[in-house]
Amino acid sequence: MDPNRKRRVRLYVSLATAVLLAGALVYTSFSTATDATSPSQLAASGVTGRSYQLTGKVVAGYRHDGGVLAFRVRDRDGAASVPVRYAGAVPDPFRAGREVIVTVRKRGAVFVGEKDSLITKCPSKFSAQS
Amino acid sequence: MLNLGRAALTLALSVAAYGIAASLYGARSGRREWVESGRRAVYALAAVLTVAVAVLEAAFLRSDFSFRLVGGHSSTTTPTFYRAAAMWSSQEGSLLLWVWLLSLWSSLVLFLTRRRLREVAPYATAVLLGFAAFFAGLAVFLANPFQLADPVPAEGAGLQPLLRHPSMMIHPPMLYSGYTLFTVPFAFAVGALIARRLDAEWIRATRRFALAAWLVLGVGILIGARWSWSELGWGGYWAWDPVENASLMPWLTGTAFLHSIMMQEKRGMMKAWNASLVLATGVLAIMGTFLVRSGILESIHAFGASTLGLPFLVLITLLIFGSGFLVWSRRTGLGPEGHLESLLSREAMFVLNNLVLVGLCFVIFWGTFFPLISEAVTGQKASVGPPWFNRYTVPLALVLVLLSGLGPAIAWRRATARNLRHSLRGPLAAGGVAAAGLALAGVATRPLALAMFAAAAFTAGVVVQELWRGVRARRAVSRESPPAALVALVRRNRRRYGGYLVHLGMAVIFVGVAASSSFQRVHDVRLSPGQHARVGGYDVRYVRATSALSNEKVTLGAILDVSKEGRHVATLDPTRGYFRAVDARLGPVGTYFEGEATSEVGLRAGARRDIWTAVQPDIGAMQPLIDRLDRRFPLATGRSQGLLLAALAARYEAQPPPAVFRLIVSPLVEWIWLGGAIAGLGGLIALWPAPTFARRRAPAAAKVRRLRRQLSRA
Repeated sequence: MDPNRKRRVRLYVSLATAVLLAGALVYTSFSTATDATSPSQLAASGVTGRSYQLTGKVVAGYRHDGGVLAFRVRDRDGAASVPVRYAGAVPDPFRAGREVIVTVRKRGAVFVGEKDSLITKCPSKFSAQS
Repeated sequence: MLNLGRAALTLALSVAAYGIAASLYGARSGRREWVESGRRAVYALAAVLTVAVAVLEAAFLRSDFSFRLVGGHSSTTTPTFYRAAAMWSSQEGSLLLWVWLLSLWSSLVLFLTRRRLREVAPYATAVLLGFAAFFAGLAVFLANPFQLADPVPAEGAGLQPLLRHPSMMIHPPMLYSGYTLFTVPFAFAVGALIARRLDAEWIRATRRFALAAWLVLGVGILIGARWSWSELGWGGYWAWDPVENASLMPWLTGTAFLHSIMMQEKRGMMKAWNASLVLATGVLAIMGTFLVRSGILESIHAFGASTLGLPFLVLITLLIFGSGFLVWSRRTGLGPEGHLESLLSREAMFVLNNLVLVGLCFVIFWGTFFPLISEAVTGQKASVGPPWFNRYTVPLALVLVLLSGLGPAIAWRRATARNLRHSLRGPLAAGGVAAAGLALAGVATRPLALAMFAAAAFTAGVVVQELWRGVRARRAVSRESPPAALVALVRRNRRRYGGYLVHLGMAVIFVGVAASSSFQRVHDVRLSPGQHARVGGYDVRYVRATSALSNEKVTLGAILDVSKEGRHVATLDPTRGYFRAVDARLGPVGTYFEGEATSEVGLRAGARRDIWTAVQPDIGAMQPLIDRLDRRFPLATGRSQGLLLAALAARYEAQPPPAVFRLIVSPLVEWIWLGGAIAGLGGLIALWPAPTFARRRAPAAAKVRRLRRQLSRA
């Protein structure tokens, strides 16, 4: 085969493969992604069984109860809050007032955290003016 | 001292601005004295910033709380080692560290190239100083580390306890060194494109900087992973956190660049690709710094409420469009001098390796920025988790390990069937034996892990075979002993054999990652003293509670006895430290339990497996006693406060409430650190300057190759 033609064929095959792979990437990311939401949004429109990535601040008065951490998460700049029950690794910086991210599913009136999904932002790097 | 620091920073900004103007004027007018002046401005910048860093470091070491930054991130009770490292725990201090390191590397590269690349260097100088001016500008106007505390506190807040780990001294500087070193090849690529000097000279001049960037960034990433595993109480070393990903992306494109430049050096191929790759790596390095500071993505590491996002966004937009324009406008000069002759050639392996590395980078980029992409497309922010990343990165990593074995085994230009049989027979047998043995041992339940082990064995086989053949050939000529022949072989071709060692190290790392992620056993359990739990075939018994007191913290923990089939394996002592909160409203005992808390992991590391334990004492059960002590002795300080805490600690040891334990048995984690050490050694060997005779030979060989290419085209 003519070398130029051969190179063109290789290029088209590579491009087609890249497009197919990119398509799979885009499809799976949209179909498996977890919606990021605030406590007020979740309280208003949380659907039972669906997975959400909840972001907000920990309300004072959380408690450990037989290996389960029960706490409330409120809006960053508001008072609306939702209850969360979570079992799994609790990050060291977790405490009242800290910003957390946790993947939850609605079960009745409570949101159940996915095991080991709780993340607490590093407080030393979390102020507008340190 | 504050004024000296402020003056040094302002002077640094002025020097950088002057250097840019002098370099560009010198390049445009052809007046060498201005170019020289621009280069000296870089040296002056390094000197001035060294003064600024020294002033800030001295303030931290002296606990000078008139510096607002020192009061916010250190204290008199912070150990000296951590006071020295506290500078980069803050946004302001880390920006100063960034620009200081940049000035040092810039000075080094411009000194080494002072008699070379006369057309390229002035533009490169301007680009490097442009970065320096940007960061110095941020430090002067938006995040000044030299701000006065008013009023001056008697005591500082202390360094965030999570950061009190020896890695704090080295992990951030390593990452920043990697990012800043990657700006060097970026700047020279821009210079080469502007000056239309599109041969491989700029690559040869900056290759070591790209390699050094790759090395220190890689080591920095691994140290971060090790820190996470041995210190943080969640039991992992990688979480696909956006900031972790941000450090991995330039490392991946940098790895691709280090491979593809060999194509340009040897065959004059992939010029446009190389230029694009190094420009992308530079942009990704800046993006890593941006991600930490913008707060646009949710990350454990982020300086969330920072105001620096917009300037970074402007810079990155400028870099992307500027780079794109430069490559597009110089496309005719970036055409290849040679073509891929066969898909069975080392060139083809390099191309594939580059595609896989860039593909990996794209996957990670997409996943990291998916919340923004999703919000732009659907109006709803959404994110993808570790399973999504693993779905794509695991197969790509598998192909990468295979290619790292195939590449060195295949000849340049075109490999024949006979060549391939000769080169691959041994390594394929190694991979096959490993796969069969491990399948019989039960590893077949995890086919991807099994495939990774086989691919790693194949790669290790290739490296051992290459070293063996080299040693044999050398001994046939020199009659040296095998160790002497090996050392001499590596010394004569450090780049090649250093690279092979890196491949071996990466294979070992991936074995560790595949084993620990596929066969890890985790058990979260609540135990009282005397009770036990089983994890991964081990019996873990909670023997007794422990406590310790210091000026800074109250430590509660546990003694765990680990045994297997009745045989004692280890005694582990995970603890949790409760640091005092700076809040006058809290009682003398409660103040320790409302502050920061950090885990100290109980770890038994081993070549076959790590046994990892963390404890979370039930403070809720202790709360009534804490409240009672606070109510009865609200004004207790000093010695009396110590007595109260001692009473609490004694009560905890005598009547411990049940504690929650995380118990993990994870195989081959140590292989990750061992692989990192092997790859690091390989990187150092490749980085080390070649002996004089080899350096003398290199230009001659390059001339011969160039002449041969010209003759073949004629």
